[in-house]
This record gives sequence, C-alpha cells and structure tokens, in this order.
Amino acid sequence: MATVRFTSALERFLRAPPAQVAAATVGEALASVFETQPALRGYVLDDQGALRRHVAVYVGGEAVRDRVRLSDAIGPDDDIYVFQALTGG
Amino acid sequence: MAERLHVGTRKGLFDLARRNGVWDVVETHFLGDPVSAVLAEGDTVYAALDLGHFGAKLWRRDGAGEWRELAAPAFPPKPQDAADDPHPWSLGKIWVLEPGGVPGRLWAGTMPGGLFRSDDAGASWSLTEALWHMPERRQWQGVAGGEQPGISTVLIDPRNPDDIRVGVSTAGVWASTDGGASWRIINEGMYNEYMPPEQKGLPIAQDIHRLARCAAYPEIMWCQHHNGVFRSEDGGHNWHEITAIRPSKFGFAVAAHPRDQDTAWFVPAVKDERRIPMDGKVVVARTRDGGNSFEVLRNGLPQRHAYDLVWRHGLAVDASGERLAFGSTSGGLWISEDGGDSWTMPEARLPPVSVVRFAD
Repeated sequence: MATVRFTSALERFLRAPPAQVAAATVGEALASVFETQPALRGYVLDDQGALRRHVAVYVGGEAVRDRVRLSDAIGPDDDIYVFQALTGG
Repeated sequence: MAERLHVGTRKGLFDLARRNGVWDVVETHFLGDPVSAVLAEGDTVYAALDLGHFGAKLWRRDGAGEWRELAAPAFPPKPQDAADDPHPWSLGKIWVLEPGGVPGRLWAGTMPGGLFRSDDAGASWSLTEALWHMPERRQWQGVAGGEQPGISTVLIDPRNPDDIRVGVSTAGVWASTDGGASWRIINEGMYNEYMPPEQKGLPIAQDIHRLARCAAYPEIMWCQHHNGVFRSEDGGHNWHEITAIRPSKFGFAVAAHPRDQDTAWFVPAVKDERRIPMDGKVVVARTRDGGNSFEVLRNGLPQRHAYDLVWRHGLAVDASGERLAFGSTSGGLWISEDGGDSWTMPEARLPPVSVVRFAD
C-alpha cells in the first residue's frame, strides 16, 4: 500500500491524517483519500480536478509531472507527499 | 443603528462592537488568513477566505457558535468547446457576498467573473450559467492588470428579488429581471479614458470599481468608476458623470445613503498610476445634493503623511445612514456616528483591510 501524507498546514482547517491507499497513479491515490475525506479535495485540487497552483505533490522525492490529469505512476510502497508550494506574505 | 462591525483583512476577520459609545475589537477569527468577503445576516455571519495555497473557502457561523465550513462555489467541468476561453473555469476568489432578498438565498460575485447563487444559506451553490455563457463574457478584462475579471458588486432590488444588477471589473453593468435566467449589459453614458477612442464609450469597456444603490429609491445608483464618478436615476441604464467630486475623481469605494437618494460617500485617491490619498491626507467626499456639490470630510482622519488606500469593499454605511466605517490598505479603520462629519479610530493596528460590513 502506498501512503499519502499531507502538510500539517492543512490541520488549521480540517483533519488530514496520513492515508494508506492501493492505487496505480497519483490521481487514483488522491481520489481514494477524498472518498473518505471529501472536504480535503477542494484544498488540494481546483474546480477542474488539477492540482492547485500553489500545491505540490512529490513521489519518491520528485515533483509529479502531470499536474492536470495526475497520471504519474506510483509504486505499491511509495510515499506521496502533498504540501504547499511557497508563496509569499 | 448597527452595533457591530465586521472587518475582513489580509490576516483575519475582526469583529468590533460598540460599548458605552466606544467601538472596540471584541472577537478575532481566522487569524493569519486572508478574508476576501464577509456578510452578516441576522445572527449569521459568512466569511470567505482567499487561502494562498488552498484556494477560496467559505465559512458560516450562527450566533456565538462554532464556524463551519460550507462548500465553496465551484465551476462545472470545462467543456471541450470552451478550450479557447481566456478565463479559467475555477474559482479564484469570492469577492462579494450579498443576501438574495428571500430566505436562504445568497449571491456570490467572484473572480474569474462567475456569479453563484445559493438557495440554502450557502450549503450549496450553482453557477449562474446564463451570465457565464454570454459570448461577451470572453471580452471581459482582468482586474488591475491581473488575468481574471471580477464581479465586485451584486445589487438586488429590495422590491423584487429577481431584479439584479452586477458590476464587473472590467465589463460594465449587467442586468437580469428574471432571477438570473437571462442577462444583458445596460450601462450607457460612461466612458473609459484609457481605452482607444473607438472603444471609450462601449458599455463593456467600462471599469466598474463599485456600485451602490439607495435602498429606499432603488432606481438611484452611484458608481465609482476607474476614471470618475457616475450616477444613474433609472436603475443603471443611463449614467451621467459627476464632475464635482473632490479632491480627486479616482477611487474604489462608494456608499449610498439608504433613505436619502441625494447622499453618497466616496474615498477619493490620486488616480491610477499612484493610488494614494491626495497630498497624504485621508478624506471622505460626501454629496448631499445628488452630486452637484461635495463636502470634503477630514475631522478625525489623518492629515499628514497618510498613504491609506480604500478598496472596493472597504467602505460601508449602516441601515440608519448615520454610521459609516472604512478601512485601508495600511490597516487604518475609521468609524463615524454622524454621517461622516467626524471620525474615530478604534484602538487597533490592523492588517490591510479588504472589506468592512455592518451587522444591521
């Protein structure tokens, strides 16, 4: 099972504990988490289902390439990190 | 008169209450988060957040209870034939929240120019598709050099909740008389001086910074436009320029007296290249004769090296027409109990103010 971990910055607004998922792509992994925590979806994805501009997702230490369709493949034991890309102010 | 004031800022929502004749901050909410819109309806308060990383959010609080997050307005899936749409089909920020005139109904004006309606007190929202699908919407220009147009104003006729006006930066005044099912652009008589000559007078070229209407005489509307002040006496169809505004004609905010059709307030600034108060003095301009003349009000306002700018939603008048408040980009907040004759500043150094709203 892969593990999806969310930035602690989200804890100010809602619960976002790590989740174990069985998934082949980043999109499937996130969708699996949002099934049980639907409120999280709008914090990570925009209205069209793409990654929000200032949210980053890393798998195996690298930023995912497909930020629109979230098609990057993941391995069964990958850690998927969802965190905020830097913005000022 | 309103005894409570909500002030949305770059770093949280501040509630002020009037006690023993003194306004003071009594509660703080969402400290650290940008508040883009606020609405008080009875004991219920709505607050829209514009989170830098995580998008636009909407929260509601009933009475003294806990804040609860509501579903934010969202755009439907973008169809294939909209691939060349210059504007994103994704909520940028909630810029204004207004009551819809019937129980449970709310309107939300947003960037990138979507108008959303709720009929269940914000629990769910639907895009006003008839306006979003107007072919002219693709000609709407972005706000202040940005990419996204924004609906800064939603005015509901107090006599008829289906009669709606929206003001768009930058795309004129749009009207619906059927609750949002159909729309047309209506503003004649404005001009936009930075546009090429052949486009200056086009209704869609007008940068409507903010609209206000007299609640008792809803046909009377005021507009703080990018390059001046305009007034309409026929519900926003025909506008004439108000040239008597002092000390300058540029600004963002306007407030209309709820009962007196000839009284309105503005917060003028040096025009758009600079966007600071004239001569470093914060003033409010008030007309009480329909715009034929203005008084420049400064009693209690900083008159030396003050560079406060007041955004579109940074000025408010209460239902009595006597209490006013405005907040600035420098975190200034001033309240008047006498229609603007004199102003006091609560004891607070606030973050930049985006919106002030009385709880009437």
